[in-house]
Amino acid sequence: MTAFTATVTVRLKHGVLDPEAETTQRSLERLGFELDDLRGADVFELDLDAEDDDDAAERAEEMAERLLANPTIHDYDVEVTERE
Amino acid sequence: MTIAVIQFGGSNCDRDSVQALESMGLEADLVWHEDGLPEDTTGIMLPGGFSYGDYLRAGAMAARSPIMAEIREAAADGTPVLGVCNGAQVGCESSLTPGVFTTNESARFQCEHVYLRVENAETPWTSQYDEGEVIELPIAHGEGRYEITDDRLDELEAEGRILFKYCDADGEVSPEANPNGSKHAVAGVTGDSDHVAVMMPHPERASLGDLDRTDGQPVLSGFAD
Repeated sequence: MTAFTATVTVRLKHGVLDPEAETTQRSLERLGFELDDLRGADVFELDLDAEDDDDAAERAEEMAERLLANPTIHDYDVEVTERE
Repeated sequence: MTIAVIQFGGSNCDRDSVQALESMGLEADLVWHEDGLPEDTTGIMLPGGFSYGDYLRAGAMAARSPIMAEIREAAADGTPVLGVCNGAQVGCESSLTPGVFTTNESARFQCEHVYLRVENAETPWTSQYDEGEVIELPIAHGEGRYEITDDRLDELEAEGRILFKYCDADGEVSPEANPNGSKHAVAGVTGDSDHVAVMMPHPERASLGDLDRTDGQPVLSGFAD
């Protein structure tokens, strides 16, 4: 078994309204910053032991499907790195 | 018959729900989620509140609690299930009902009275209303904006699965009368069968005549059918 960190990034699907991101963007603009758009995302770092990186990614994807993301409104991606 | 009002850590409309149901002559008991569903359960109410502090997404944690598997099984066997506010979020997160209730368009918590138009008066929860009737109920939520794909929502509309839409006092649906930006102004939907339903407005908070209006009583009487 090898120690991995699986990073799961959960984002709203394109076209789903994100009032928190809009509010944050307005606040940045009020501070004088110029920007075209702002998108928020949740990042989860999962430390786990797995046979290989495919196994680690598969387990992280199942966790995303079952809880971390809501497939109705979210897309997610998983990145796996070996942990020191 | 006993209606089980399920308490999760952070539920806070559980006692109000029992009181409202009992005031209508219905038998209701509080059931702590870890204790499982009592055998004599003839109805299930998922009450409002802030289960698990709304961590991750409102309703996400409670929806994965073991009692929800029992509730899905009971619902499949025909036991009526009603989710209100946080209970509606739990219902959608646990796939009892389609879609999701997420952050209000205003990004604020909103506590106010709203008008609702009855879209389908042929469900156990709405059979005492007329189709198109306008009722008034309170809302109290920060994450009540109904979201689902356009195609799926069109299907739900065609199947008569929308219970209520936000509207003005005359029953007109408009962006101004939509308090949270819900798609198609949806305030409540049914599951695969119409004995399972969720809604963001609080019928139990408009059921005690001594306090306020009783527009919500007909919804709760869905448990009596």
